[in-house]
Amino acid sequence: MKRRQFIQGAGTGSALGAMGLMSGCASIGSGSSAKVVVVGGGYGGATAAKYVRMWSNYGIDVTLIEPNPSFISCPISNLVIGGSKTMADVTMSYDNLVKRHGVKLVKDFVTQIDPEKRLVKLASGSEISYDRLILSPGVDFMMETLPGMGKAGAQDKVLHAWKAGAQTVALRKQLEAMPDGGVYAMSIPLAPYRCPPGPYERACQVASYFSKAKPKSKVLIFDANDDVLSKGALFKKAWSDRYKGMVEYQGKHNAVDVDAATNTLKFEFQNDVKAAVLNVIPPMRAGDIAVKTGLATANKRWCEVDFLTFESKAAKNIHVLGDAIQIAPAMPKSGHMANQHGKTCAAAVVAILSGKEPNTLPIYNNTCYSFVSAEEVVHVASVHAYDAEKKTMLTVPGSGGVSSQASALEGVYAMAWARNIWADSLA
Amino acid sequence: MKTAIALALSLLCAVTSANAQTQSPDPLQVRSWAAGCANCHGTDGRAEPGMISLAGSNKDDLVKKMQDYKTGRVQATVMHQLAKGYSDAQIVAIAGYFAAQKK
Repeated sequence: MKRRQFIQGAGTGSALGAMGLMSGCASIGSGSSAKVVVVGGGYGGATAAKYVRMWSNYGIDVTLIEPNPSFISCPISNLVIGGSKTMADVTMSYDNLVKRHGVKLVKDFVTQIDPEKRLVKLASGSEISYDRLILSPGVDFMMETLPGMGKAGAQDKVLHAWKAGAQTVALRKQLEAMPDGGVYAMSIPLAPYRCPPGPYERACQVASYFSKAKPKSKVLIFDANDDVLSKGALFKKAWSDRYKGMVEYQGKHNAVDVDAATNTLKFEFQNDVKAAVLNVIPPMRAGDIAVKTGLATANKRWCEVDFLTFESKAAKNIHVLGDAIQIAPAMPKSGHMANQHGKTCAAAVVAILSGKEPNTLPIYNNTCYSFVSAEEVVHVASVHAYDAEKKTMLTVPGSGGVSSQASALEGVYAMAWARNIWADSLA
Repeated sequence: MKTAIALALSLLCAVTSANAQTQSPDPLQVRSWAAGCANCHGTDGRAEPGMISLAGSNKDDLVKKMQDYKTGRVQATVMHQLAKGYSDAQIVAIAGYFAAQKK
Protein backbone atom coordinates (compact mmCIF):
# COMPACT_ATOMS: atom_id res chain seq x y z
CA MET A 1 0.00 0.00 0.00
CA LYS A 2 2.64 2.48 1.07
CA ARG A 3 4.97 1.27 -1.64
CA ARG A 4 2.30 1.66 -4.30
CA GLN A 5 1.54 5.16 -3.14
CA PHE A 6 5.22 5.98 -3.25
CA ILE A 7 5.57 4.68 -6.79
CA GLN A 8 2.44 6.52 -7.91
CA GLY A 9 3.66 9.64 -6.22
CA ALA A 10 7.11 9.32 -7.76
CA GLY A 11 5.57 8.88 -11.20
CA THR A 12 3.44 11.96 -10.83
CA GLY A 13 6.36 13.79 -9.33
CA SER A 14 8.69 13.10 -12.22
CA ALA A 15 6.12 14.15 -14.81
CA LEU A 16 5.33 17.32 -12.91
CA GLY A 17 8.99 17.81 -12.14
CA ALA A 18 9.77 17.76 -15.84
CA MET A 19 7.11 20.38 -16.46
CA GLY A 20 8.47 22.42 -13.61
CA LEU A 21 11.93 22.22 -15.10
CA MET A 22 10.59 23.17 -18.49
CA SER A 23 8.97 26.28 -17.17
CA GLY A 24 12.11 26.89 -15.13
CA CYS A 25 14.17 26.75 -18.32
CA ALA A 26 11.74 29.01 -20.12
CA SER A 27 11.93 31.52 -17.32
CA ILE A 28 15.72 31.45 -17.20
CA GLY A 29 15.70 32.06 -20.97
CA SER A 30 13.37 35.01 -20.70
CA GLY A 31 15.20 36.38 -17.69
CA SER A 32 12.28 36.18 -15.27
CA SER A 33 11.04 33.80 -12.59
CA ALA A 34 8.22 31.29 -12.88
CA LYS A 35 4.90 32.98 -13.28
CA VAL A 36 1.70 32.24 -11.41
CA VAL A 37 -1.53 34.03 -12.28
CA VAL A 38 -4.35 33.94 -9.75
CA VAL A 39 -7.86 34.73 -10.94
CA GLY A 40 -10.23 35.93 -8.22
CA GLY A 41 -9.29 37.63 -4.95
CA GLY A 42 -11.71 35.92 -2.57
CA TYR A 43 -10.72 33.66 0.30
CA GLY A 44 -9.19 31.03 -2.01
CA GLY A 45 -7.39 33.26 -4.50
CA ALA A 46 -6.05 35.87 -2.08
CA THR A 47 -4.67 33.15 0.21
CA ALA A 48 -3.07 31.28 -2.68
CA ALA A 49 -1.46 34.48 -4.00
CA LYS A 50 0.03 35.34 -0.60
CA TYR A 51 1.26 31.83 0.18
CA VAL A 52 2.82 31.20 -3.25
CA ARG A 53 4.87 34.35 -2.68
CA MET A 54 5.74 33.47 0.94
CA TRP A 55 6.53 29.82 0.36
CA SER A 56 8.66 30.48 -2.72
CA ASN A 57 10.69 32.92 -0.61
CA TYR A 58 9.27 35.59 -2.86
CA GLY A 59 10.87 33.94 -5.89
CA ILE A 60 7.76 33.14 -7.91
CA ASP A 61 6.08 36.03 -9.70
CA VAL A 62 2.39 36.23 -8.70
CA THR A 63 -0.27 38.31 -10.46
CA LEU A 64 -3.73 38.49 -8.89
CA ILE A 65 -6.55 39.52 -11.20
CA GLU A 66 -9.62 40.84 -9.38
CA PRO A 67 -12.26 43.26 -10.66
CA ASN A 68 -13.39 44.58 -7.26
CA PRO A 69 -11.37 47.37 -5.62
CA SER A 70 -11.61 45.74 -2.16
CA PHE A 71 -12.18 42.38 -0.56
CA ILE A 72 -15.71 42.05 0.82
CA SER A 73 -16.25 39.12 3.17
CA CYS A 74 -19.33 36.95 2.83
CA PRO A 75 -18.76 35.58 6.36
CA ILE A 76 -20.08 38.21 8.84
CA SER A 77 -22.02 39.96 6.03
CA ASN A 78 -25.32 38.51 7.34
CA LEU A 79 -24.77 40.82 10.32
CA VAL A 80 -24.95 43.80 7.95
CA ILE A 81 -28.39 42.52 6.92
CA GLY A 82 -29.28 42.13 10.61
CA GLY A 83 -28.04 45.66 11.29
CA SER A 84 -25.32 45.02 13.89
CA LYS A 85 -22.41 45.48 11.45
CA THR A 86 -21.76 47.81 8.53
CA MET A 87 -20.20 47.17 5.12
CA ALA A 88 -17.04 48.85 6.39
CA ASP A 89 -16.73 46.05 8.96
CA VAL A 90 -16.57 43.39 6.24
CA THR A 91 -14.55 45.34 3.64
CA MET A 92 -10.78 44.92 3.52
CA SER A 93 -8.02 46.34 1.34
CA TYR A 94 -5.76 44.29 -0.94
CA ASP A 95 -2.88 46.68 -0.13
CA ASN A 96 -0.96 44.28 2.13
CA LEU A 97 -0.84 41.59 -0.55
CA VAL A 98 0.89 44.15 -2.74
CA LYS A 99 3.05 45.96 -0.18
CA ARG A 100 4.09 43.12 2.12
CA HIS A 101 4.04 40.22 -0.30
CA GLY A 102 4.80 41.77 -3.67
CA VAL A 103 1.69 40.37 -5.36
CA LYS A 104 0.99 42.23 -8.61
CA LEU A 105 -2.65 43.27 -8.38
CA VAL A 106 -4.48 43.81 -11.66
CA LYS A 107 -7.95 45.32 -11.34
CA ASP A 108 -9.57 43.66 -14.30
CA PHE A 109 -11.88 40.83 -15.31
CA VAL A 110 -10.81 37.66 -17.09
CA THR A 111 -12.91 37.10 -20.21
CA GLN A 112 -11.11 34.08 -21.63
CA ILE A 113 -8.53 31.46 -20.73
CA ASP A 114 -6.43 29.69 -23.35
CA PRO A 115 -5.11 26.53 -21.64
CA GLU A 116 -3.00 25.56 -24.68
CA LYS A 117 -1.15 28.87 -24.96
CA ARG A 118 -1.33 29.38 -21.17
CA LEU A 119 -2.83 32.85 -21.53
CA VAL A 120 -5.60 34.77 -19.81
CA LYS A 121 -7.40 37.50 -21.72
CA LEU A 122 -8.74 40.49 -19.84
CA ALA A 123 -11.75 42.75 -20.35
CA SER A 124 -9.34 45.65 -20.90
CA GLY A 125 -7.98 43.81 -23.94
CA SER A 126 -4.59 42.86 -22.54
CA GLU A 127 -3.26 39.33 -22.12
CA ILE A 128 -1.21 37.73 -19.35
CA SER A 129 0.74 34.50 -19.72
CA TYR A 130 1.29 31.96 -16.96
CA ASP A 131 3.24 28.86 -16.04
CA ARG A 132 0.52 27.91 -13.57
CA LEU A 133 -2.98 29.40 -13.33
CA ILE A 134 -4.88 29.37 -10.04
CA LEU A 135 -8.55 29.93 -10.64
CA SER A 136 -10.70 30.90 -7.68
CA PRO A 137 -13.81 32.16 -9.44
CA GLY A 138 -16.39 31.56 -6.72
CA VAL A 139 -19.94 30.82 -7.80
CA ASP A 140 -22.35 32.21 -10.34
CA PHE A 141 -26.10 31.82 -10.23
CA MET A 142 -28.20 29.52 -12.42
CA MET A 143 -30.80 32.19 -13.06
CA GLU A 144 -32.16 30.13 -15.96
CA THR A 145 -33.75 27.80 -13.37
CA LEU A 146 -36.02 30.72 -12.34
CA PRO A 147 -37.38 32.07 -15.66
CA GLY A 148 -39.04 35.14 -14.11
CA MET A 149 -35.65 36.37 -12.95
CA GLY A 150 -34.81 36.97 -16.61
CA LYS A 151 -37.42 39.73 -16.93
CA ALA A 152 -36.25 43.33 -17.03
CA GLY A 153 -35.61 44.69 -13.56
CA ALA A 154 -36.39 41.39 -11.76
CA GLN A 155 -32.87 40.91 -10.47
CA ASP A 156 -32.78 44.45 -9.10
CA LYS A 157 -35.95 43.84 -7.11
CA VAL A 158 -35.65 40.22 -6.00
CA LEU A 159 -32.23 39.96 -4.40
CA HIS A 160 -29.98 37.05 -3.51
CA ALA A 161 -27.41 39.02 -1.48
CA TRP A 162 -25.31 35.83 -1.73
CA LYS A 163 -22.19 37.67 -2.86
CA ALA A 164 -21.39 40.24 -0.23
CA GLY A 165 -21.51 43.72 -1.73
CA ALA A 166 -24.14 45.98 -3.28
CA GLN A 167 -26.92 43.41 -2.83
CA THR A 168 -26.13 43.07 0.89
CA VAL A 169 -26.78 46.79 1.31
CA ALA A 170 -29.85 46.70 -0.95
CA LEU A 171 -31.45 43.83 0.99
CA ARG A 172 -30.87 45.67 4.26
CA LYS A 173 -32.61 48.73 2.75
CA GLN A 174 -35.59 46.60 1.67
CA LEU A 175 -35.93 45.31 5.22
CA GLU A 176 -35.66 48.82 6.66
CA ALA A 177 -38.34 50.08 4.24
CA MET A 178 -40.71 47.20 4.99
CA PRO A 179 -43.63 48.16 7.25
CA ASP A 180 -44.07 46.33 10.56
CA GLY A 181 -46.27 43.29 10.01
CA GLY A 182 -44.67 42.51 6.64
CA VAL A 183 -43.40 39.15 5.46
CA TYR A 184 -39.79 38.40 4.52
CA ALA A 185 -39.52 35.15 2.54
CA MET A 186 -36.31 33.38 1.62
CA SER A 187 -35.81 30.46 -0.74
CA ILE A 188 -32.86 28.08 -0.38
CA PRO A 189 -31.65 25.94 -3.30
CA LEU A 190 -30.81 22.25 -3.20
CA ALA A 191 -27.30 21.54 -1.93
CA PRO A 192 -24.53 22.01 -2.84
CA TYR A 193 -24.44 25.78 -2.63
CA ARG A 194 -22.08 28.37 -1.11
CA CYS A 195 -22.10 28.40 2.71
CA PRO A 196 -24.50 25.63 3.86
CA PRO A 197 -25.52 27.30 7.18
CA GLY A 198 -25.62 30.80 5.67
CA PRO A 199 -29.35 30.93 4.84
CA TYR A 200 -30.33 29.79 8.33
CA GLU A 201 -28.00 32.35 9.90
CA ARG A 202 -29.57 35.00 7.69
CA ALA A 203 -33.06 34.01 8.83
CA CYS A 204 -31.85 34.52 12.43
CA GLN A 205 -30.36 37.91 11.56
CA VAL A 206 -33.55 39.13 9.88
CA ALA A 207 -35.57 37.85 12.85
CA SER A 208 -33.15 39.56 15.24
CA TYR A 209 -33.76 42.85 13.44
CA PHE A 210 -37.54 42.35 13.28
CA SER A 211 -37.78 41.43 16.95
CA LYS A 212 -36.25 44.80 17.84
CA ALA A 213 -37.71 47.06 15.12
CA LYS A 214 -40.75 45.32 13.55
CA PRO A 215 -42.06 42.72 16.00
CA LYS A 216 -45.28 41.95 14.09
CA SER A 217 -43.33 40.84 11.00
CA LYS A 218 -42.65 37.28 9.82
CA VAL A 219 -39.66 35.37 8.49
CA LEU A 220 -40.58 32.51 6.14
CA ILE A 221 -37.90 30.04 5.05
CA PHE A 222 -38.58 27.80 2.05
CA ASP A 223 -35.85 25.20 1.71
CA ALA A 224 -35.55 22.94 -1.34
CA ASN A 225 -33.69 20.49 0.87
CA ASP A 226 -35.56 18.04 3.09
CA ASP A 227 -34.42 19.67 6.30
CA VAL A 228 -31.99 22.25 7.74
CA LEU A 229 -28.60 21.22 6.32
CA SER A 230 -26.25 22.43 8.99
CA LYS A 231 -26.51 22.94 12.78
CA GLY A 232 -30.18 22.00 12.42
CA ALA A 233 -31.08 21.52 16.07
CA LEU A 234 -29.29 24.74 17.08
CA PHE A 235 -31.02 26.86 14.44
CA LYS A 236 -34.41 25.33 15.16
CA LYS A 237 -33.95 26.07 18.85
CA ALA A 238 -33.16 29.71 18.04
CA TRP A 239 -36.30 29.96 15.89
CA SER A 240 -38.61 28.27 18.41
CA ASP A 241 -37.25 29.94 21.57
CA ARG A 242 -35.62 33.22 20.68
CA TYR A 243 -37.86 34.17 17.76
CA LYS A 244 -41.02 32.40 18.87
CA GLY A 245 -43.96 32.89 16.50
CA MET A 246 -41.85 34.90 14.06
CA VAL A 247 -39.89 32.32 12.04
CA GLU A 248 -41.50 29.55 10.02
CA TYR A 249 -39.31 26.90 8.38
CA GLN A 250 -40.51 24.57 5.63
CA GLY A 251 -38.34 21.95 3.95
CA LYS A 252 -38.98 20.24 0.59
CA HIS A 253 -40.06 23.54 -0.98
CA ASN A 254 -38.25 23.79 -4.29
CA ALA A 255 -38.61 27.28 -5.78
CA VAL A 256 -38.94 27.05 -9.57
CA ASP A 257 -39.99 30.55 -10.57
CA VAL A 258 -40.36 34.11 -9.37
CA ASP A 259 -42.77 36.87 -10.36
CA ALA A 260 -40.82 39.95 -9.41
CA ALA A 261 -43.68 42.32 -10.31
CA THR A 262 -45.86 40.86 -7.55
CA ASN A 263 -43.05 39.55 -5.30
CA THR A 264 -44.35 36.01 -5.71
CA LEU A 265 -42.39 32.81 -5.23
CA LYS A 266 -43.55 29.73 -7.16
CA PHE A 267 -42.75 26.17 -6.12
CA GLU A 268 -42.52 22.82 -7.81
CA PHE A 269 -45.39 21.37 -5.74
CA GLN A 270 -46.80 23.88 -3.23
CA ASN A 271 -48.93 27.02 -3.53
CA ASP A 272 -47.42 30.39 -4.41
CA VAL A 273 -46.16 32.66 -1.65
CA LYS A 274 -46.19 36.46 -1.72
CA ALA A 275 -43.89 38.50 0.46
CA ALA A 276 -43.07 42.14 1.13
CA VAL A 277 -39.38 41.27 0.81
CA LEU A 278 -38.44 38.31 -1.34
CA ASN A 279 -34.89 36.95 -0.95
CA VAL A 280 -34.24 34.26 -3.52
CA ILE A 281 -30.98 32.33 -3.25
CA PRO A 282 -30.77 30.70 -6.70
CA PRO A 283 -29.05 27.40 -7.49
CA MET A 284 -25.34 27.90 -8.10
CA ARG A 285 -22.45 26.55 -10.11
CA ALA A 286 -18.78 27.35 -10.54
CA GLY A 287 -18.04 30.90 -11.68
CA ASP A 288 -18.71 31.59 -15.37
CA ILE A 289 -15.06 31.67 -16.42
CA ALA A 290 -14.52 28.11 -15.13
CA VAL A 291 -17.60 26.84 -16.95
CA LYS A 292 -16.62 28.68 -20.14
CA THR A 293 -13.13 27.16 -20.01
CA GLY A 294 -14.62 23.65 -19.85
CA LEU A 295 -13.49 22.96 -16.29
CA ALA A 296 -16.94 22.33 -14.77
CA THR A 297 -17.03 18.63 -15.57
CA ALA A 298 -19.27 17.54 -12.66
CA ASN A 299 -22.90 17.99 -13.83
CA LYS A 300 -21.66 20.98 -15.85
CA ARG A 301 -21.68 22.82 -12.52
CA TRP A 302 -18.55 22.13 -10.50
CA CYS A 303 -14.85 21.68 -11.29
CA GLU A 304 -13.24 18.33 -10.48
CA VAL A 305 -9.75 18.64 -9.02
CA ASP A 306 -6.89 16.52 -7.71
CA PHE A 307 -7.04 17.15 -3.96
CA LEU A 308 -3.24 16.94 -3.61
CA THR A 309 -2.62 19.90 -5.91
CA PHE A 310 -6.06 21.33 -6.79
CA GLU A 311 -5.07 20.92 -10.41
CA SER A 312 -8.12 20.65 -12.67
CA LYS A 313 -8.91 17.17 -13.94
CA ALA A 314 -9.92 18.77 -17.23
CA ALA A 315 -6.96 21.06 -17.99
CA LYS A 316 -3.25 20.90 -17.22
CA ASN A 317 -1.49 23.79 -15.44
CA ILE A 318 -4.83 25.15 -14.18
CA HIS A 319 -5.70 24.80 -10.49
CA VAL A 320 -9.22 25.49 -9.21
CA LEU A 321 -10.06 26.46 -5.64
CA GLY A 322 -12.88 27.29 -3.30
CA ASP A 323 -16.61 27.19 -3.89
CA ALA A 324 -16.14 26.36 -7.59
CA ILE A 325 -14.86 22.82 -7.04
CA GLN A 326 -16.70 19.52 -6.93
CA ILE A 327 -16.40 19.07 -3.19
CA ALA A 328 -15.15 16.01 -1.35
CA PRO A 329 -17.71 14.22 0.88
CA ALA A 330 -18.84 16.44 3.80
CA MET A 331 -16.57 19.30 2.67
CA PRO A 332 -18.50 22.57 2.92
CA LYS A 333 -18.30 25.35 0.37
CA SER A 334 -17.00 27.92 2.84
CA GLY A 335 -14.53 30.78 3.03
CA HIS A 336 -12.56 28.87 5.65
CA MET A 337 -12.29 25.86 3.35
CA ALA A 338 -11.33 28.04 0.37
CA ASN A 339 -8.50 29.49 2.48
CA GLN A 340 -7.34 25.91 3.22
CA HIS A 341 -7.56 25.03 -0.49
CA GLY A 342 -5.46 28.12 -1.22
CA LYS A 343 -2.64 26.98 1.07
CA THR A 344 -2.66 23.35 -0.10
CA CYS A 345 -2.60 24.54 -3.71
CA ALA A 346 0.12 27.14 -3.02
CA ALA A 347 2.39 24.49 -1.47
CA ALA A 348 1.82 22.18 -4.46
CA VAL A 349 2.39 24.92 -7.05
CA VAL A 350 5.61 26.04 -5.35
CA ALA A 351 6.79 22.40 -5.23
CA ILE A 352 5.91 21.73 -8.87
CA LEU A 353 7.58 24.93 -10.11
CA SER A 354 10.69 23.97 -8.12
CA GLY A 355 10.77 20.52 -9.72
CA LYS A 356 9.72 18.81 -6.49
CA GLU A 357 6.97 16.40 -5.65
CA PRO A 358 3.87 17.89 -3.97
CA ASN A 359 3.11 16.63 -0.48
CA THR A 360 0.80 13.65 -0.31
CA LEU A 361 -0.78 13.86 3.15
CA PRO A 362 -2.91 17.00 3.37
CA ILE A 363 -4.99 17.48 6.50
CA TYR A 364 -6.94 20.62 7.36
CA ASN A 365 -9.99 21.75 9.24
CA ASN A 366 -13.10 23.81 8.80
CA THR A 367 -14.68 25.99 11.46
CA CYS A 368 -17.87 27.80 10.68
CA TYR A 369 -19.54 30.20 13.09
CA SER A 370 -23.16 31.35 12.68
CA PHE A 371 -24.71 34.27 14.56
CA VAL A 372 -28.18 33.39 15.86
CA SER A 373 -28.53 36.94 17.24
CA ALA A 374 -26.31 40.03 17.16
CA GLU A 375 -24.09 38.49 19.87
CA GLU A 376 -24.67 34.76 20.26
CA VAL A 377 -23.10 32.17 18.02
CA VAL A 378 -23.13 28.46 17.19
CA HIS A 379 -20.42 26.61 15.27
CA VAL A 380 -19.79 23.49 13.23
CA ALA A 381 -16.25 22.15 12.94
CA SER A 382 -14.66 19.30 10.96
CA VAL A 383 -11.23 17.87 10.13
CA HIS A 384 -10.53 16.60 6.61
CA ALA A 385 -7.61 14.33 5.65
CA TYR A 386 -6.53 12.88 2.32
CA ASP A 387 -7.48 9.28 1.64
CA ALA A 388 -4.92 7.89 -0.82
CA GLU A 389 -7.08 4.96 -1.86
CA LYS A 390 -10.19 7.01 -2.59
CA LYS A 391 -8.12 9.99 -3.79
CA THR A 392 -10.28 12.46 -1.95
CA MET A 393 -10.50 14.31 1.35
CA LEU A 394 -12.53 12.53 4.03
CA THR A 395 -13.54 13.71 7.48
CA VAL A 396 -11.47 12.09 10.21
CA PRO A 397 -13.70 9.69 12.20
CA GLY A 398 -14.44 10.94 15.72
CA SER A 399 -13.44 14.54 14.96
CA GLY A 400 -15.56 17.64 14.57
CA GLY A 401 -18.95 18.55 15.93
CA VAL A 402 -21.27 21.43 16.73
CA SER A 403 -21.79 23.76 19.70
CA SER A 404 -23.74 22.39 22.64
CA GLN A 405 -25.66 25.68 22.71
CA ALA A 406 -25.52 29.24 21.42
CA SER A 407 -23.24 31.50 23.44
CA ALA A 408 -21.81 35.00 23.58
CA LEU A 409 -18.35 33.46 24.19
CA GLU A 410 -18.49 31.88 20.75
CA GLY A 411 -19.62 35.27 19.45
CA VAL A 412 -16.30 36.68 20.66
CA TYR A 413 -14.42 33.75 19.07
CA ALA A 414 -16.34 34.20 15.82
CA MET A 415 -15.10 37.77 15.47
CA ALA A 416 -11.57 36.68 16.42
CA TRP A 417 -11.85 33.99 13.73
CA ALA A 418 -12.87 36.67 11.23
CA ARG A 419 -9.96 38.96 12.10
CA ASN A 420 -7.51 36.08 11.85
CA ILE A 421 -8.73 34.58 8.58
CA TRP A 422 -8.88 38.05 7.02
CA ALA A 423 -5.26 38.58 8.07
CA ASP A 424 -4.20 35.08 6.98
CA SER A 425 -5.78 35.59 3.56
CA LEU A 426 -4.91 39.24 2.96
CA ALA A 427 -2.14 40.49 5.23
CA MET B 1 27.15 -5.40 -12.51
CA LYS B 2 23.49 -6.34 -12.66
CA THR B 3 23.77 -7.59 -9.11
CA ALA B 4 25.39 -4.37 -8.03
CA ILE B 5 22.61 -2.29 -9.55
CA ALA B 6 19.95 -4.52 -8.06
CA LEU B 7 21.64 -4.29 -4.69
CA ALA B 8 21.92 -0.51 -4.96
CA LEU B 9 18.26 -0.28 -5.93
CA SER B 10 17.12 -2.53 -3.14
CA LEU B 11 19.22 -0.53 -0.66
CA LEU B 12 17.69 2.67 -2.00
CA CYS B 13 14.20 1.22 -1.61
CA ALA B 14 15.02 0.03 1.88
CA VAL B 15 16.30 3.45 2.85
CA THR B 16 13.28 5.16 1.29
CA SER B 17 10.74 2.96 3.01
CA ALA B 18 12.62 3.25 6.28
CA ASN B 19 12.47 7.01 5.90
CA ALA B 20 8.75 6.88 5.28
CA GLN B 21 8.12 4.81 8.37
CA THR B 22 10.51 6.04 11.03
CA GLN B 23 11.71 9.53 10.23
CA SER B 24 9.77 12.64 11.08
CA PRO B 25 7.49 13.88 8.30
CA ASP B 26 8.67 16.12 5.47
CA PRO B 27 9.16 19.65 6.88
CA LEU B 28 7.21 21.14 3.98
CA GLN B 29 4.29 18.80 4.72
CA VAL B 30 4.43 19.89 8.37
CA ARG B 31 4.45 23.54 7.28
CA SER B 32 1.25 22.90 5.32
CA TRP B 33 -0.32 21.06 8.27
CA ALA B 34 0.50 24.01 10.53
CA ALA B 35 -0.90 26.42 7.94
CA GLY B 36 -4.24 24.70 8.49
CA CYS B 37 -4.28 26.25 11.97
CA ALA B 38 -3.51 29.76 10.68
CA ASN B 39 -7.13 30.56 9.76
CA CYS B 40 -7.77 31.10 13.47
CA HIS B 41 -4.29 31.34 15.00
CA GLY B 42 -2.66 33.61 12.42
CA THR B 43 -0.09 33.06 9.67
CA ASP B 44 2.77 31.01 11.19
CA GLY B 45 0.89 31.14 14.50
CA ARG B 46 1.12 34.90 15.04
CA ALA B 47 -2.49 35.68 15.88
CA GLU B 48 -4.58 38.81 15.60
CA PRO B 49 -6.17 40.10 18.82
CA GLY B 50 -8.69 37.79 20.45
CA MET B 51 -7.01 34.49 19.59
CA ILE B 52 -4.08 32.65 21.15
CA SER B 53 -0.76 33.00 19.31
CA LEU B 54 1.09 29.70 18.85
CA ALA B 55 4.36 31.08 17.43
CA GLY B 56 7.31 30.65 19.78
CA SER B 57 5.34 28.58 22.31
CA ASN B 58 6.96 25.75 24.20
CA LYS B 59 6.62 22.59 22.12
CA ASP B 60 5.81 20.29 25.06
CA ASP B 61 3.16 22.71 26.32
CA LEU B 62 1.49 22.77 22.90
CA VAL B 63 1.54 18.97 22.67
CA LYS B 64 0.07 18.67 26.18
CA LYS B 65 -2.71 21.17 25.41
CA MET B 66 -3.65 19.37 22.23
CA GLN B 67 -3.57 15.98 23.97
CA ASP B 68 -5.75 17.37 26.77
CA TYR B 69 -8.30 18.48 24.16
CA LYS B 70 -7.96 15.25 22.19
CA THR B 71 -8.52 12.97 25.17
CA GLY B 72 -11.28 15.17 26.59
CA ARG B 73 -9.37 16.02 29.79
CA VAL B 74 -9.99 19.67 28.93
CA GLN B 75 -13.22 20.87 27.36
CA ALA B 76 -13.29 23.78 24.93
CA THR B 77 -15.80 25.33 22.56
CA VAL B 78 -14.19 23.92 19.43
CA MET B 79 -10.61 22.72 20.03
CA HIS B 80 -11.66 19.43 21.64
CA GLN B 81 -13.50 18.64 18.38
CA LEU B 82 -10.60 19.66 16.11
CA ALA B 83 -7.84 17.99 18.18
CA LYS B 84 -9.51 14.61 17.69
CA GLY B 85 -8.84 14.88 13.95
CA TYR B 86 -5.06 14.85 14.31
CA SER B 87 -2.76 11.87 15.03
CA ASP B 88 -0.29 12.02 17.92
CA ALA B 89 2.59 12.24 15.42
CA GLN B 90 0.90 15.11 13.57
CA ILE B 91 0.34 16.97 16.84
CA VAL B 92 4.03 16.62 17.77
CA ALA B 93 5.16 17.77 14.33
CA ILE B 94 2.81 20.77 14.21
CA ALA B 95 3.76 21.78 17.77
CA GLY B 96 7.41 21.63 16.73
CA TYR B 97 6.70 23.90 13.78
CA PHE B 98 4.99 26.58 15.89
CA ALA B 99 7.63 26.36 18.65
CA ALA B 100 10.27 27.20 16.04
CA GLN B 101 8.45 30.34 14.78
CA LYS B 102 9.37 33.83 15.92
CA LYS B 103 6.85 35.31 18.35
